[in-house]
Amino acid sequence: MASSAQKQSYPAPGLDTFPKLLQHNARMFTNKDAMREKEFGIWQSWTWSQVADEVERFALGLQANGVKAGDSVLIVGGNRPRTYWTMCAVQSLGAVPVPTYHDSVAEEMQFVIEHSEARVIVAEDQEQVDKILEVEDRCPAVELVIFDDPRGMKGYDSEVIEIKDFVTVQAQGEAVRAKQPNQYQDLVSKGKGEDISIILYTSGTTGKPKGVVLTYDNTLLTGYHGGLMEGLTENEEILAYLPVAWIGDHIFSYAQSYSMGFCVNCPESTETVAADMREIGPTYYFAPPRVFESLLTSVQIRMEDAAPIKRKMFKYFMQVAKTTGIKLLEKKSVGIIDRVKYALGNVLVYAPLKDALGMGRVRLAYTAGEAIGGEIFDFYRSLGINIKQLYGQTESSVFITVQPNGEVYPDTVGTPSPGVELKIADNGEVIYRSSGAFHSYFKNPEATADTKTPEGWVHTGDAGFMASNGHLRIIDRAKDVGAFSNGKMFAPKYIENKLKFFPHIQEAVTFGDGRDDCMAFINIDLGAVGNWAERNNIAYASYQELAAHPEVNKMVAQSVAEVNESLLDDEMLSHSQISRFLILHKELDADDGELTRTKKVKRKLINERYKILIDALYDGKTQCFIETEVAFEDGRIGKITGDISIHDVKTFNPVAQAS
Amino acid sequence: MTEPLQQMEAASKLLELKNIDLSFGGVKAISNISFDVMEGEVRAIIGPNGAGKSSMLNVINGFYHPQQGEIWFDGKQRHSMKPYQIAYQGIARTFQNIALFKGMSVLDNIMTGRFTHMRKNMLWQALWKGPAEQEEIENREFVEHIIDFLEIQAIRKTPVGRLPYGLQKRVELGRALAAQPKMLLLDEPMAGMSVEEKEDMCRFILDVNDTFGTTIVLIEHDMGVVMDIADRVVVLDYGRKIGDGTPDIVRNDQTVIDAYLGVSH
Repeated sequence: MASSAQKQSYPAPGLDTFPKLLQHNARMFTNKDAMREKEFGIWQSWTWSQVADEVERFALGLQANGVKAGDSVLIVGGNRPRTYWTMCAVQSLGAVPVPTYHDSVAEEMQFVIEHSEARVIVAEDQEQVDKILEVEDRCPAVELVIFDDPRGMKGYDSEVIEIKDFVTVQAQGEAVRAKQPNQYQDLVSKGKGEDISIILYTSGTTGKPKGVVLTYDNTLLTGYHGGLMEGLTENEEILAYLPVAWIGDHIFSYAQSYSMGFCVNCPESTETVAADMREIGPTYYFAPPRVFESLLTSVQIRMEDAAPIKRKMFKYFMQVAKTTGIKLLEKKSVGIIDRVKYALGNVLVYAPLKDALGMGRVRLAYTAGEAIGGEIFDFYRSLGINIKQLYGQTESSVFITVQPNGEVYPDTVGTPSPGVELKIADNGEVIYRSSGAFHSYFKNPEATADTKTPEGWVHTGDAGFMASNGHLRIIDRAKDVGAFSNGKMFAPKYIENKLKFFPHIQEAVTFGDGRDDCMAFINIDLGAVGNWAERNNIAYASYQELAAHPEVNKMVAQSVAEVNESLLDDEMLSHSQISRFLILHKELDADDGELTRTKKVKRKLINERYKILIDALYDGKTQCFIETEVAFEDGRIGKITGDISIHDVKTFNPVAQAS
Repeated sequence: MTEPLQQMEAASKLLELKNIDLSFGGVKAISNISFDVMEGEVRAIIGPNGAGKSSMLNVINGFYHPQQGEIWFDGKQRHSMKPYQIAYQGIARTFQNIALFKGMSVLDNIMTGRFTHMRKNMLWQALWKGPAEQEEIENREFVEHIIDFLEIQAIRKTPVGRLPYGLQKRVELGRALAAQPKMLLLDEPMAGMSVEEKEDMCRFILDVNDTFGTTIVLIEHDMGVVMDIADRVVVLDYGRKIGDGTPDIVRNDQTVIDAYLGVSH
């Protein structure tokens, strides 16, 4: 218990807020790049001292527009330098930045605007401003919207809300600074470590999002000590491409960048991320498992299309990498012949491949959020990319457990991070206490009390156990874990992850709680299956048509059967074999409310919306007609209808014995 | 006359066509057509198939030379000119059937639009040192602004032939914009596009008009689009002008309705 009472140290004495860190960095790394953005085809860069100047002028400008300590300022934008500068500017006034997902629809945004009581909103561009104006009459508190990109904003006007350009506000700030040069310094020095630094709204797989209130001591200390443990330095390069409203980006691209002094690179647009990553060559990289999966899938697709000699070379050397690469990465002993083979493979295959993936310089890569397939994990590690799993959540400022170097296993998520105490509650739930543990849920004391005990223990809501090697293993969301009618455990996510490890399966939803058997919905991966269809001369016009193709159904049935076979290995889960499945006629989509913005399945909603299909699965029907509403990108609503065929799958012995 | 039209009278005429006659042998494509284009407006030319719309654009940008009539551009009467001379005068266009260099990248295609702004001779270009290099850098920067404006960063280096139709149209618009024209002629910019692509294109056309103040003359079949984005519309049928005015006036004109619904001639 002593460890939690003992407070962790700041990067240097007195550096307890990000605005203070920024001033420190401007002195320490004056001419070192702090931020880059690709614009007009060229990487534009800002040094730490330039960033400090931009932030100072914007902060004073915000103050001139009435932002004061304790206010919330909503930030809605992609990964652009000014988005990050706004956070620091708001913090230096003692106000609280509230970043929100820039791809959320107007209604979702309205909830956050209202709940956070923001009077000022800093929006990236016309698209975001349009969304705000759409709900302006329902958000009477909003007084001022500041936009970053002036494109299309000429002549924008609103009767209730004032609209200003980012540079205009900065100019106001500049005028203030000319008159009162010490004003900003005074503001910054008022900040303290225990102040609220940010409110992040969790996407929420159930109900309305909750605002997680974090202090500087949460984010700054956790980010800093996480970085120290991994030996990060000011020379890292990171690509900021994940939503700024997500805790991961906030820690990696903001908290750690400020506390370590390394450079954050913003891509040109969301479509150019892969090319931009290749140009930058990040040394520190985070991606959710699905990104690693889709990269591997695209590599496999392209190798299938490559010339036979290249294909053979790839296959041979990937085999070599599999046996040698991971051992080399973990600094275990490897024979001389294997070393030579690996070195040759590095010249011919691994180095060019890593370069193509933009991972040529990656020293440390993290993945988290979902389980990652062993195959996928090993593929990257065998190439010499040090990819590790971590386990965390918004409420913990990311870090709960991390896999230590040399102790990386695909099925566990590692040992507790610095300053984290971990326990398994009596009901099997993982609970922790740490310096990163959140302050409270904004305006929601009931939820805070439900999640955080007076002693500071936080309930994660995940069911897990400590494996024999001292590493944490997560089974599933505690509330999702159910039981079959015979009382055996049903852990849907565990089965779904096994399904999703197949490149042609994009998403899966399984059912079984309170039932006799396990059933599954499948979404195929349009990229992988589309390519397969092309190579096999199968014509299709849409996702729906491809999903309904008998050959595709046969292929998926094969994969489901393989999952069933692998479930035999685990005594606790062998009953969970999938007896019947169907391929959905549409992709599950966040715009239709079926996934969260971070692409997690919303089970309850799917249970209601597709009840007719679930019933059909359990009724033993072989066909089912369905009509679903879909939302298009421009907000219109359309309908998709279709007949879906349902298939039986081969199950394996223990089920027969049990039933 | 309605309010906006009177206001426009006050604005200066960028282009005026007076009594244009164009025939190919015995076929009369355009007979006695006059209309004008105000500075900064979006002017649409509509009409059924074979009405002479594309011929009209070809007259404006100098592909065809009318047998009779006067063309006034930017305050000066224009005499017979080659298309490239007209390009130097500040008129750029796109084509009904995309006319890009399929094997070249998007970037290079748009760069070709800058040729009216390249002053260095072939020797300098071949040496590519000093002034020529400087010139290339300046022009490249301008092109990058267009790429940013049209949001095509992700396909900057993709050969145009590999792009879908809607994006090729956008690249063609980019090339026309690269010339920094006073007047932009768009020949069916939205033909064959999906609803979403059309919406994007409309937005870009309006943004071009808004941001750069470029005068736009466009031919379009989609009436919804024309009525939404054009300030004034001229209607052609069988080589003759049958209507001219704001979208509202044209929409309610009986002659125009007859031409579209088909009445025996």
